[in-house]
Amino acid sequence: MLKLPIYLDHNATTPMDPRVLEAMIPYFTENFGNAASRNHSFGWHAEEAVDYAREQVAQLIGADPKEIIFTSGATEGDNLAIKGVYEMYASKGNHIITCTTEHKAVLDTCKHLEKLGAEVTYLDVQPDGLIDLKALEAAMKPTTILVAIMYANNEIGVVQPVKEIAAIAKKHGALFFTDGVQAVGKIPVDVIADGIDIMAFTAHKMYGPKGVGALYVRRKNPRVKVTAQMDGGGHERGMRSGTLNVPGIVGFGKAAEIARTDMAADTERISKLRDKLENALKQIDESYVNGNPAHRLPHVSNISFKYVEGEGLMMGFNKDIALSSGSACTSASLEPSYVLKALGLGDDLAHSSLRFGLGRYTTEEQIDFTIKAVTDTVLKLREMSPLWEMFKEGVDIDSIQWAHH
Amino acid sequence: MAYSDKVIDHYSNPKNVGTLDKASKSVGTGLVGAPECGDVMRLQIQVDEATGIITDAKFKTFGCGSAIASSSLATEWLKGKSVDEAVKIDNMDLVEELNLPPVKIHCSVLAEDAIKSAINDYRKKNGLDELVFEERIH
Repeated sequence: MLKLPIYLDHNATTPMDPRVLEAMIPYFTENFGNAASRNHSFGWHAEEAVDYAREQVAQLIGADPKEIIFTSGATEGDNLAIKGVYEMYASKGNHIITCTTEHKAVLDTCKHLEKLGAEVTYLDVQPDGLIDLKALEAAMKPTTILVAIMYANNEIGVVQPVKEIAAIAKKHGALFFTDGVQAVGKIPVDVIADGIDIMAFTAHKMYGPKGVGALYVRRKNPRVKVTAQMDGGGHERGMRSGTLNVPGIVGFGKAAEIARTDMAADTERISKLRDKLENALKQIDESYVNGNPAHRLPHVSNISFKYVEGEGLMMGFNKDIALSSGSACTSASLEPSYVLKALGLGDDLAHSSLRFGLGRYTTEEQIDFTIKAVTDTVLKLREMSPLWEMFKEGVDIDSIQWAHH
Repeated sequence: MAYSDKVIDHYSNPKNVGTLDKASKSVGTGLVGAPECGDVMRLQIQVDEATGIITDAKFKTFGCGSAIASSSLATEWLKGKSVDEAVKIDNMDLVEELNLPPVKIHCSVLAEDAIKSAINDYRKKNGLDELVFEERIH
Protein backbone atom coordinates (compact mmCIF):
# COMPACT_ATOMS: atom_id res chain seq x y z
CA MET A 1 0.00 0.00 0.00
CA LEU A 2 1.29 3.42 -0.95
CA LYS A 3 1.69 5.58 2.12
CA LEU A 4 0.92 9.26 1.69
CA PRO A 5 2.23 11.93 1.74
CA ILE A 6 5.26 11.25 -0.44
CA TYR A 7 8.42 13.21 0.37
CA LEU A 8 10.24 14.53 -2.71
CA ASP A 9 12.04 17.48 -1.17
CA HIS A 10 15.36 15.85 -0.25
CA ASN A 11 17.33 18.95 -1.23
CA ALA A 12 15.65 20.78 1.63
CA THR A 13 16.34 18.09 4.20
CA THR A 14 16.39 14.31 4.50
CA PRO A 15 14.78 11.99 7.02
CA MET A 16 17.25 10.55 9.50
CA ASP A 17 18.38 7.02 8.79
CA PRO A 18 17.29 4.78 11.70
CA ARG A 19 20.88 3.47 11.91
CA VAL A 20 21.99 7.04 12.61
CA LEU A 21 19.45 7.53 15.35
CA GLU A 22 20.50 4.28 16.96
CA ALA A 23 24.11 5.41 17.06
CA MET A 24 23.17 8.74 18.61
CA ILE A 25 20.88 7.67 21.45
CA PRO A 26 23.48 6.66 24.07
CA TYR A 27 25.14 10.07 23.72
CA PHE A 28 22.07 11.87 24.99
CA THR A 29 21.78 9.92 28.20
CA GLU A 30 24.57 7.58 29.42
CA ASN A 31 27.46 9.12 27.51
CA PHE A 32 26.52 12.72 28.01
CA GLY A 33 30.00 14.04 28.75
CA ASN A 34 31.55 17.22 27.46
CA ALA A 35 34.21 16.30 24.91
CA ALA A 36 36.39 19.05 26.34
CA SER A 37 36.39 17.58 29.86
CA ARG A 38 39.91 16.18 29.99
CA ASN A 39 39.97 14.90 33.53
CA HIS A 40 37.28 12.23 33.78
CA SER A 41 35.87 9.27 31.91
CA PHE A 42 32.67 11.05 30.87
CA GLY A 43 34.75 13.54 28.94
CA TRP A 44 37.04 10.82 27.56
CA HIS A 45 34.10 8.82 26.22
CA ALA A 46 32.66 11.87 24.54
CA GLU A 47 36.01 12.83 23.06
CA GLU A 48 36.55 9.33 21.77
CA ALA A 49 33.12 9.35 20.10
CA VAL A 50 33.84 12.73 18.49
CA ASP A 51 37.24 11.52 17.25
CA TYR A 52 35.63 8.46 15.70
CA ALA A 53 32.97 10.57 13.99
CA ARG A 54 35.64 12.96 12.77
CA GLU A 55 37.34 10.02 11.06
CA GLN A 56 34.07 8.85 9.51
CA VAL A 57 33.33 12.31 8.17
CA ALA A 58 36.89 12.84 6.93
CA GLN A 59 36.86 9.51 5.13
CA LEU A 60 33.76 10.44 3.16
CA ILE A 61 35.60 13.35 1.52
CA GLY A 62 39.14 11.98 1.47
CA ALA A 63 40.37 14.35 4.17
CA ASP A 64 42.54 13.98 7.24
CA PRO A 65 40.44 13.95 10.45
CA LYS A 66 42.40 16.95 11.71
CA GLU A 67 41.01 18.95 8.79
CA ILE A 68 37.41 18.60 9.97
CA ILE A 69 35.95 21.48 12.02
CA PHE A 70 32.51 20.67 13.40
CA THR A 71 29.94 23.44 13.10
CA SER A 72 26.21 23.87 13.61
CA GLY A 73 25.53 23.44 9.90
CA ALA A 74 26.42 24.71 6.47
CA THR A 75 25.21 28.27 6.99
CA GLU A 76 27.71 28.58 9.80
CA GLY A 77 30.33 26.84 7.67
CA ASP A 78 29.75 29.24 4.76
CA ASN A 79 30.02 32.23 7.08
CA LEU A 80 33.09 30.94 8.88
CA ALA A 81 34.88 30.10 5.64
CA ILE A 82 34.24 33.32 3.76
CA LYS A 83 34.45 35.78 6.65
CA GLY A 84 37.29 33.80 8.18
CA VAL A 85 39.37 33.89 5.00
CA TYR A 86 38.57 37.56 4.42
CA GLU A 87 39.92 38.42 7.86
CA MET A 88 42.85 35.99 7.88
CA TYR A 89 44.14 36.95 4.43
CA ALA A 90 43.38 40.69 4.59
CA SER A 91 47.03 41.53 3.99
CA LYS A 92 46.98 39.60 0.70
CA GLY A 93 43.93 41.22 -0.82
CA ASN A 94 40.22 41.89 -0.53
CA HIS A 95 38.77 40.41 -3.71
CA ILE A 96 36.34 37.48 -3.62
CA ILE A 97 34.79 35.75 -6.64
CA THR A 98 31.51 33.91 -6.36
CA CYS A 99 28.52 33.31 -8.64
CA THR A 100 24.91 34.42 -8.83
CA THR A 101 23.37 31.01 -8.18
CA GLU A 102 25.03 30.44 -4.82
CA HIS A 103 22.98 29.80 -1.71
CA LYS A 104 21.95 32.88 0.28
CA ALA A 105 24.35 31.88 3.03
CA VAL A 106 27.18 32.58 0.58
CA LEU A 107 25.68 35.53 -1.29
CA ASP A 108 24.57 37.40 1.81
CA THR A 109 27.89 36.75 3.54
CA CYS A 110 29.64 38.27 0.52
CA LYS A 111 27.28 41.24 0.59
CA HIS A 112 28.06 41.71 4.25
CA LEU A 113 31.78 41.74 3.51
CA GLU A 114 31.27 44.28 0.73
CA LYS A 115 30.05 46.70 3.39
CA LEU A 116 33.29 46.08 5.27
CA GLY A 117 35.46 46.84 2.26
CA ALA A 118 35.57 43.61 0.26
CA GLU A 119 35.38 43.69 -3.50
CA VAL A 120 33.14 40.88 -4.73
CA THR A 121 32.66 39.64 -8.29
CA TYR A 122 29.41 37.77 -8.86
CA LEU A 123 29.91 35.62 -11.95
CA ASP A 124 26.88 34.94 -14.11
CA VAL A 125 26.17 31.35 -14.98
CA GLN A 126 25.55 29.96 -18.45
CA PRO A 127 22.01 28.95 -19.48
CA ASP A 128 22.77 25.40 -18.33
CA GLY A 129 23.65 26.61 -14.82
CA LEU A 130 27.41 26.03 -15.06
CA ILE A 131 29.91 28.82 -14.64
CA ASP A 132 32.04 29.90 -17.56
CA LEU A 133 35.65 29.00 -16.74
CA LYS A 134 36.97 31.68 -19.09
CA ALA A 135 34.93 34.28 -17.24
CA LEU A 136 36.37 33.01 -13.96
CA GLU A 137 39.89 33.21 -15.32
CA ALA A 138 39.23 36.73 -16.57
CA ALA A 139 37.87 37.81 -13.19
CA MET A 140 41.00 36.74 -11.27
CA LYS A 141 43.12 39.63 -9.97
CA PRO A 142 46.30 39.93 -7.93
CA THR A 143 44.07 40.89 -4.98
CA THR A 144 41.82 37.82 -5.31
CA ILE A 145 42.02 35.85 -2.08
CA LEU A 146 39.05 33.52 -2.46
CA VAL A 147 36.98 31.80 -5.12
CA ALA A 148 33.67 30.62 -3.62
CA ILE A 149 31.70 28.41 -6.00
CA MET A 150 29.28 25.75 -4.85
CA TYR A 151 29.85 22.09 -5.68
CA ALA A 152 26.26 21.39 -6.73
CA ASN A 153 23.27 23.67 -6.89
CA ASN A 154 20.37 23.22 -4.49
CA GLU A 155 17.62 24.17 -6.94
CA ILE A 156 18.62 22.59 -10.21
CA GLY A 157 21.26 20.11 -9.07
CA VAL A 158 23.95 21.07 -11.59
CA VAL A 159 27.47 20.06 -10.56
CA GLN A 160 30.10 22.72 -11.23
CA PRO A 161 33.47 21.86 -12.82
CA VAL A 162 35.11 21.91 -9.41
CA LYS A 163 38.54 20.57 -10.44
CA GLU A 164 38.93 23.19 -13.16
CA ILE A 165 37.77 25.96 -10.83
CA ALA A 166 40.26 24.81 -8.19
CA ALA A 167 43.08 24.81 -10.74
CA ILE A 168 42.30 28.37 -11.82
CA ALA A 169 42.19 29.58 -8.21
CA LYS A 170 45.45 27.85 -7.41
CA LYS A 171 47.18 29.24 -10.48
CA HIS A 172 46.37 32.76 -9.31
CA GLY A 173 47.27 32.15 -5.69
CA ALA A 174 43.72 32.29 -4.38
CA LEU A 175 41.99 29.80 -2.10
CA PHE A 176 39.06 27.75 -3.33
CA PHE A 177 36.04 27.39 -1.08
CA THR A 178 33.06 25.29 -2.07
CA ASP A 179 29.64 24.90 -0.49
CA GLY A 180 29.36 21.12 -0.70
CA VAL A 181 26.00 20.78 1.02
CA GLN A 182 24.13 19.17 -1.87
CA ALA A 183 27.01 17.09 -3.19
CA VAL A 184 28.72 15.50 -0.20
CA GLY A 185 27.22 12.11 0.54
CA LYS A 186 25.42 12.04 -2.82
CA ILE A 187 28.29 11.96 -5.31
CA PRO A 188 31.98 11.16 -4.79
CA VAL A 189 33.72 14.22 -3.38
CA ASP A 190 37.47 14.02 -2.78
CA VAL A 191 39.10 17.16 -1.45
CA ILE A 192 42.54 16.14 -2.68
CA ALA A 193 41.57 15.07 -6.20
CA ASP A 194 39.19 18.02 -6.50
CA GLY A 195 41.71 20.54 -5.19
CA ILE A 196 39.36 21.98 -2.57
CA ASP A 197 40.88 24.22 0.14
CA ILE A 198 37.78 24.76 2.26
CA MET A 199 34.37 23.12 2.09
CA ALA A 200 31.17 23.45 4.10
CA PHE A 201 28.67 20.62 4.37
CA THR A 202 25.98 19.41 6.71
CA ALA A 203 24.55 16.24 8.23
CA HIS A 204 20.85 16.72 7.64
CA LYS A 205 21.17 16.58 3.86
CA MET A 206 22.66 13.09 4.11
CA TYR A 207 20.22 11.34 6.44
CA GLY A 208 21.89 12.68 9.57
CA PRO A 209 20.57 15.01 12.27
CA LYS A 210 19.88 18.72 11.89
CA GLY A 211 22.06 21.24 13.69
CA VAL A 212 25.46 19.72 12.91
CA GLY A 213 27.79 20.31 10.01
CA ALA A 214 31.45 20.47 9.19
CA LEU A 215 33.96 22.74 7.59
CA TYR A 216 36.87 21.08 5.86
CA VAL A 217 39.96 23.27 6.21
CA ARG A 218 43.03 22.07 4.34
CA ARG A 219 46.22 21.62 6.41
CA LYS A 220 48.76 20.91 3.69
CA ASN A 221 49.58 22.45 0.29
CA PRO A 222 48.60 25.04 1.34
CA ARG A 223 47.96 25.17 5.04
CA VAL A 224 44.75 27.17 5.30
CA LYS A 225 43.58 29.15 8.30
CA VAL A 226 40.35 30.95 8.94
CA THR A 227 39.76 33.55 11.63
CA ALA A 228 37.25 32.32 14.21
CA GLN A 229 33.92 34.11 14.07
CA MET A 230 32.93 33.25 17.64
CA ASP A 231 35.13 33.85 20.63
CA GLY A 232 35.29 31.29 23.40
CA GLY A 233 37.04 28.19 24.58
CA GLY A 234 39.12 27.68 21.46
CA HIS A 235 37.57 24.36 20.42
CA GLU A 236 38.18 22.87 16.98
CA ARG A 237 41.77 24.04 16.61
CA GLY A 238 40.72 27.53 17.65
CA MET A 239 38.51 27.99 14.63
CA ARG A 240 35.15 27.25 16.18
CA SER A 241 34.54 27.69 19.88
CA GLY A 242 31.57 26.14 21.62
CA THR A 243 30.88 22.86 23.39
CA LEU A 244 30.67 20.12 20.79
CA ASN A 245 27.26 18.71 19.95
CA VAL A 246 28.36 15.16 20.75
CA PRO A 247 25.20 13.22 19.86
CA GLY A 248 24.82 15.27 16.68
CA ILE A 249 28.43 14.68 15.72
CA VAL A 250 28.10 10.93 16.39
CA GLY A 251 25.05 10.89 14.13
CA PHE A 252 26.88 12.89 11.47
CA GLY A 253 29.71 10.37 11.56
CA LYS A 254 27.34 7.44 11.16
CA ALA A 255 25.48 9.18 8.36
CA ALA A 256 28.78 9.87 6.57
CA GLU A 257 29.83 6.24 6.92
CA ILE A 258 26.52 4.99 5.50
CA ALA A 259 26.67 7.54 2.68
CA ARG A 260 30.11 6.25 1.76
CA THR A 261 29.27 2.55 1.84
CA ASP A 262 25.81 2.88 0.23
CA MET A 263 26.53 5.63 -2.28
CA ALA A 264 27.04 3.52 -5.38
CA ALA A 265 23.92 1.41 -4.82
CA ASP A 266 21.79 4.40 -3.74
CA THR A 267 22.87 6.43 -6.76
CA GLU A 268 22.13 3.66 -9.18
CA ARG A 269 18.65 3.06 -7.82
CA ILE A 270 17.70 6.72 -7.28
CA SER A 271 18.99 7.98 -10.62
CA LYS A 272 16.90 5.34 -12.40
CA LEU A 273 13.80 6.58 -10.60
CA ARG A 274 14.72 10.21 -11.33
CA ASP A 275 15.14 9.43 -15.02
CA LYS A 276 11.83 7.60 -15.10
CA LEU A 277 10.09 10.60 -13.53
CA GLU A 278 11.82 13.09 -15.78
CA ASN A 279 11.24 11.16 -18.97
CA ALA A 280 7.55 10.80 -18.19
CA LEU A 281 7.08 14.48 -17.32
CA LYS A 282 9.01 15.58 -20.40
CA GLN A 283 6.20 14.00 -22.43
CA ILE A 284 3.96 16.87 -21.36
CA ASP A 285 3.85 19.60 -24.03
CA GLU A 286 5.89 22.71 -23.28
CA SER A 287 7.79 21.25 -20.33
CA TYR A 288 11.46 22.05 -19.93
CA VAL A 289 14.17 20.49 -17.77
CA ASN A 290 16.29 23.18 -16.12
CA GLY A 291 20.05 22.82 -15.75
CA ASN A 292 22.71 20.83 -17.56
CA PRO A 293 21.40 17.23 -17.68
CA ALA A 294 24.88 15.68 -18.03
CA HIS A 295 26.49 17.48 -15.08
CA ARG A 296 23.85 16.99 -12.47
CA LEU A 297 23.18 15.33 -9.13
CA PRO A 298 21.57 11.92 -9.60
CA HIS A 299 18.53 12.62 -7.43
CA VAL A 300 17.31 16.02 -8.61
CA SER A 301 15.12 17.16 -11.46
CA ASN A 302 13.88 20.71 -11.94
CA ILE A 303 11.18 21.06 -14.57
CA SER A 304 9.21 24.06 -15.81
CA PHE A 305 5.68 23.48 -17.04
CA LYS A 306 5.02 26.53 -19.16
CA TYR A 307 1.71 28.40 -18.79
CA VAL A 308 0.90 27.04 -15.33
CA GLU A 309 2.09 28.64 -12.11
CA GLY A 310 4.18 26.54 -9.74
CA GLU A 311 2.39 27.22 -6.51
CA GLY A 312 -1.00 26.70 -8.11
CA LEU A 313 0.39 23.49 -9.57
CA MET A 314 1.63 22.21 -6.23
CA MET A 315 -1.73 22.87 -4.66
CA GLY A 316 -3.14 20.18 -6.92
CA PHE A 317 -1.22 17.49 -5.09
CA ASN A 318 0.49 18.97 -2.05
CA LYS A 319 -1.58 17.01 0.39
CA ASP A 320 -0.08 13.87 -1.17
CA ILE A 321 3.34 14.98 -2.45
CA ALA A 322 5.83 17.30 -0.78
CA LEU A 323 8.12 19.17 -3.13
CA SER A 324 9.32 22.70 -3.91
CA SER A 325 8.55 25.28 -6.55
CA GLY A 326 10.67 28.03 -8.06
CA SER A 327 7.67 30.25 -7.83
CA ALA A 328 7.78 32.55 -4.86
CA CYS A 329 4.17 33.55 -4.89
CA THR A 330 4.10 33.50 -1.10
CA SER A 331 6.98 35.90 -0.67
CA ALA A 332 6.25 39.59 -0.38
CA SER A 333 8.41 40.41 -3.38
CA LEU A 334 6.56 38.08 -5.78
CA GLU A 335 9.96 37.41 -7.30
CA PRO A 336 10.49 33.94 -8.65
CA SER A 337 13.65 31.91 -7.96
CA TYR A 338 16.81 33.96 -8.48
CA VAL A 339 18.62 30.78 -9.46
CA LEU A 340 16.27 30.05 -12.35
CA LYS A 341 16.35 33.69 -13.40
CA ALA A 342 20.15 33.53 -13.41
CA LEU A 343 19.92 30.79 -16.04
CA GLY A 344 18.20 33.36 -18.21
CA LEU A 345 14.78 31.77 -17.84
CA GLY A 346 11.92 34.17 -18.37
CA ASP A 347 9.84 34.91 -15.29
CA ASP A 348 7.05 32.84 -16.75
CA LEU A 349 9.20 29.70 -16.83
CA ALA A 350 10.71 30.46 -13.45
CA HIS A 351 7.23 30.78 -11.94
CA SER A 352 6.25 27.49 -13.54
CA SER A 353 8.94 25.24 -12.13
CA LEU A 354 8.93 22.33 -9.73
CA ARG A 355 11.94 20.77 -8.03
CA PHE A 356 11.77 17.03 -7.52
CA GLY A 357 14.31 15.82 -4.97
CA LEU A 358 14.39 12.04 -4.60
CA GLY A 359 16.05 10.17 -1.77
CA ARG A 360 17.11 6.93 -0.15
CA TYR A 361 13.57 5.85 0.68
CA THR A 362 11.87 6.92 -2.57
CA THR A 363 10.08 3.99 -4.24
CA GLU A 364 8.99 3.30 -7.78
CA GLU A 365 5.39 3.25 -6.61
CA GLN A 366 5.81 6.79 -5.28
CA ILE A 367 7.29 7.92 -8.58
CA ASP A 368 4.43 6.39 -10.56
CA PHE A 369 1.94 8.16 -8.31
CA THR A 370 3.82 11.45 -8.73
CA ILE A 371 3.96 11.19 -12.52
CA LYS A 372 0.22 10.77 -12.67
CA ALA A 373 -0.61 13.46 -10.13
CA VAL A 374 1.66 16.07 -11.71
CA THR A 375 0.55 15.28 -15.27
CA ASP A 376 -3.14 15.43 -14.36
CA THR A 377 -2.73 18.72 -12.52
CA VAL A 378 -0.73 20.38 -15.30
CA LEU A 379 -3.37 19.41 -17.84
CA LYS A 380 -6.20 20.56 -15.60
CA LEU A 381 -4.60 23.93 -14.86
CA ARG A 382 -3.78 24.53 -18.50
CA GLU A 383 -7.48 24.23 -19.29
CA MET A 384 -7.86 27.06 -16.79
CA SER A 385 -4.89 29.12 -17.99
CA PRO A 386 -5.49 32.16 -20.22
CA LEU A 387 -1.83 31.96 -21.28
CA TRP A 388 -2.20 28.39 -22.50
CA GLU A 389 -5.28 29.42 -24.49
CA MET A 390 -3.32 32.30 -26.07
CA PHE A 391 -0.42 29.99 -26.83
CA LYS A 392 -2.75 27.51 -28.50
CA GLU A 393 -4.29 30.34 -30.56
CA GLY A 394 -0.84 31.43 -31.66
CA VAL A 395 -0.84 34.73 -29.72
CA ASP A 396 2.64 35.98 -28.90
CA ILE A 397 2.42 36.43 -25.16
CA ASP A 398 5.53 38.58 -25.04
CA SER A 399 3.94 41.09 -27.40
CA ILE A 400 1.12 41.84 -24.96
CA GLN A 401 1.37 45.03 -22.95
CA TRP A 402 1.02 43.58 -19.46
CA ALA A 403 0.11 45.86 -16.59
CA HIS A 404 2.94 45.40 -14.12
CA HIS A 405 2.13 45.45 -10.48
CA MET B 1 0.94 27.97 4.67
CA ALA B 2 -2.37 26.18 4.73
CA TYR B 3 -5.18 27.19 2.43
CA SER B 4 -8.69 27.78 3.69
CA ASP B 5 -11.34 25.18 2.86
CA LYS B 6 -13.08 27.69 0.60
CA VAL B 7 -9.92 28.31 -1.42
CA ILE B 8 -9.37 24.57 -1.74
CA ASP B 9 -12.96 24.08 -2.83
CA HIS B 10 -12.79 26.74 -5.56
CA TYR B 11 -9.40 25.41 -6.67
CA SER B 12 -10.63 21.81 -6.85
CA ASN B 13 -14.01 22.66 -8.36
CA PRO B 14 -13.60 26.01 -10.04
CA LYS B 15 -16.84 27.66 -11.13
CA ASN B 16 -17.27 29.19 -14.58
CA VAL B 17 -13.98 28.31 -16.21
CA GLY B 18 -14.19 29.17 -19.87
CA THR B 19 -14.25 31.68 -22.66
CA LEU B 20 -16.94 34.02 -24.00
CA ASP B 21 -16.81 35.54 -27.46
CA LYS B 22 -14.67 38.58 -26.88
CA ALA B 23 -15.75 40.08 -30.21
CA SER B 24 -19.39 40.19 -29.13
CA LYS B 25 -20.78 43.62 -28.22
CA SER B 26 -22.54 42.18 -25.18
CA VAL B 27 -19.32 40.70 -23.75
CA GLY B 28 -16.81 42.62 -21.66
CA THR B 29 -13.31 41.19 -21.21
CA GLY B 30 -10.77 42.10 -18.57
CA LEU B 31 -7.21 40.77 -18.77
CA VAL B 32 -5.05 41.79 -15.83
CA GLY B 33 -1.78 40.81 -14.18
CA ALA B 34 1.43 39.78 -15.88
CA PRO B 35 3.17 36.44 -16.45
CA GLU B 36 6.33 37.66 -14.73
CA CYS B 37 4.35 38.45 -11.59
CA GLY B 38 3.02 34.91 -11.58
CA ASP B 39 -0.63 35.95 -11.97
CA VAL B 40 -2.73 36.56 -15.07
CA MET B 41 -6.52 36.70 -14.85
CA ARG B 42 -8.96 36.93 -17.66
CA LEU B 43 -12.52 37.62 -16.59
CA GLN B 44 -15.43 38.01 -18.97
CA ILE B 45 -19.02 39.13 -18.49
CA GLN B 46 -22.00 38.65 -20.74
CA VAL B 47 -24.51 41.49 -20.30
CA ASP B 48 -28.17 41.54 -21.25
CA GLU B 49 -28.29 44.83 -23.08
CA ALA B 50 -31.96 45.48 -22.30
CA THR B 51 -31.72 45.04 -18.53
CA GLY B 52 -28.01 45.67 -17.85
CA ILE B 53 -27.91 42.40 -15.92
CA ILE B 54 -24.84 40.15 -16.12
CA THR B 55 -26.22 36.86 -17.38
CA ASP B 56 -22.96 34.94 -17.54
CA ALA B 57 -19.39 35.26 -16.36
CA LYS B 58 -16.32 33.20 -17.21
CA PHE B 59 -12.70 33.21 -16.16
CA LYS B 60 -9.33 31.73 -16.90
CA THR B 61 -6.47 32.29 -14.48
CA PHE B 62 -2.76 31.57 -14.43
CA GLY B 63 -1.69 31.78 -10.83
CA CYS B 64 -1.69 30.26 -7.39
CA GLY B 65 -4.68 28.65 -5.70
CA SER B 66 -5.78 31.93 -4.14
CA ALA B 67 -5.78 33.67 -7.51
CA ILE B 68 -7.84 30.86 -9.02
CA ALA B 69 -10.25 30.92 -6.08
CA SER B 70 -10.59 34.73 -6.20
CA SER B 71 -11.52 34.72 -9.86
CA SER B 72 -13.81 31.72 -9.50
CA LEU B 73 -15.68 33.39 -6.64
CA ALA B 74 -15.81 36.71 -8.52
CA THR B 75 -17.59 35.07 -11.47
CA GLU B 76 -20.09 33.52 -9.07
CA TRP B 77 -20.83 36.90 -7.55
CA LEU B 78 -21.09 38.65 -10.90
CA LYS B 79 -23.81 36.45 -12.32
CA GLY B 80 -27.24 38.01 -11.80
CA LYS B 81 -25.89 41.38 -10.73
CA SER B 82 -26.42 44.54 -12.73
CA VAL B 83 -23.31 46.15 -14.15
CA ASP B 84 -23.77 49.04 -11.72
CA GLU B 85 -23.85 46.65 -8.76
CA ALA B 86 -20.87 44.70 -10.07
CA VAL B 87 -18.69 47.81 -9.99
CA LYS B 88 -19.14 47.88 -6.22
CA ILE B 89 -17.56 44.45 -5.59
CA ASP B 90 -14.65 45.16 -3.28
CA ASN B 91 -11.54 43.03 -3.03
CA MET B 92 -11.88 42.91 0.75
CA ASP B 93 -15.19 41.08 0.35
CA LEU B 94 -13.31 38.38 -1.54
CA VAL B 95 -10.59 38.33 1.12
CA GLU B 96 -13.18 37.84 3.82
CA GLU B 97 -15.18 35.18 2.02
CA LEU B 98 -12.07 33.16 1.11
CA ASN B 99 -10.14 33.82 4.31
CA LEU B 100 -7.11 34.97 2.35
CA PRO B 101 -3.96 35.64 4.38
CA PRO B 102 -2.20 39.02 3.99
CA VAL B 103 0.33 37.72 1.43
CA LYS B 104 -2.55 36.72 -0.82
CA ILE B 105 -4.51 39.98 -0.75
CA HIS B 106 -3.00 40.93 -4.10
CA CYS B 107 -4.95 38.02 -5.64
CA SER B 108 -8.22 39.63 -4.58
CA VAL B 109 -7.06 43.04 -5.82
CA LEU B 110 -6.32 41.47 -9.15
CA ALA B 111 -9.83 39.96 -9.27
CA GLU B 112 -11.37 43.35 -8.50
CA ASP B 113 -9.26 44.93 -11.23
CA ALA B 114 -10.37 42.21 -13.64
CA ILE B 115 -14.05 42.94 -12.90
CA LYS B 116 -13.57 46.66 -13.46
CA SER B 117 -11.56 46.11 -16.57
CA ALA B 118 -14.26 43.80 -17.98
CA ILE B 119 -16.95 46.36 -17.19
CA ASN B 120 -15.01 49.14 -18.90
CA ASP B 121 -14.45 46.96 -21.94
CA TYR B 122 -18.19 46.40 -22.11
CA ARG B 123 -18.91 50.12 -21.68
CA LYS B 124 -16.43 51.08 -24.35
CA LYS B 125 -17.95 48.66 -26.84
CA ASN B 126 -21.35 50.16 -26.16
CA GLY B 127 -20.37 53.79 -26.57
CA LEU B 128 -20.27 54.60 -22.85
CA ASP B 129 -17.51 56.49 -21.09
CA GLU B 130 -15.00 54.30 -19.28
CA LEU B 131 -15.25 54.59 -15.52
CA VAL B 132 -12.24 56.05 -13.78
CA PHE B 133 -11.08 54.07 -10.79
CA GLU B 134 -8.73 55.13 -8.10
CA GLU B 135 -5.16 53.95 -8.72
CA ARG B 136 -4.35 51.04 -6.46
CA ILE B 137 -0.99 50.22 -5.14
CA HIS B 138 -0.51 46.48 -5.26
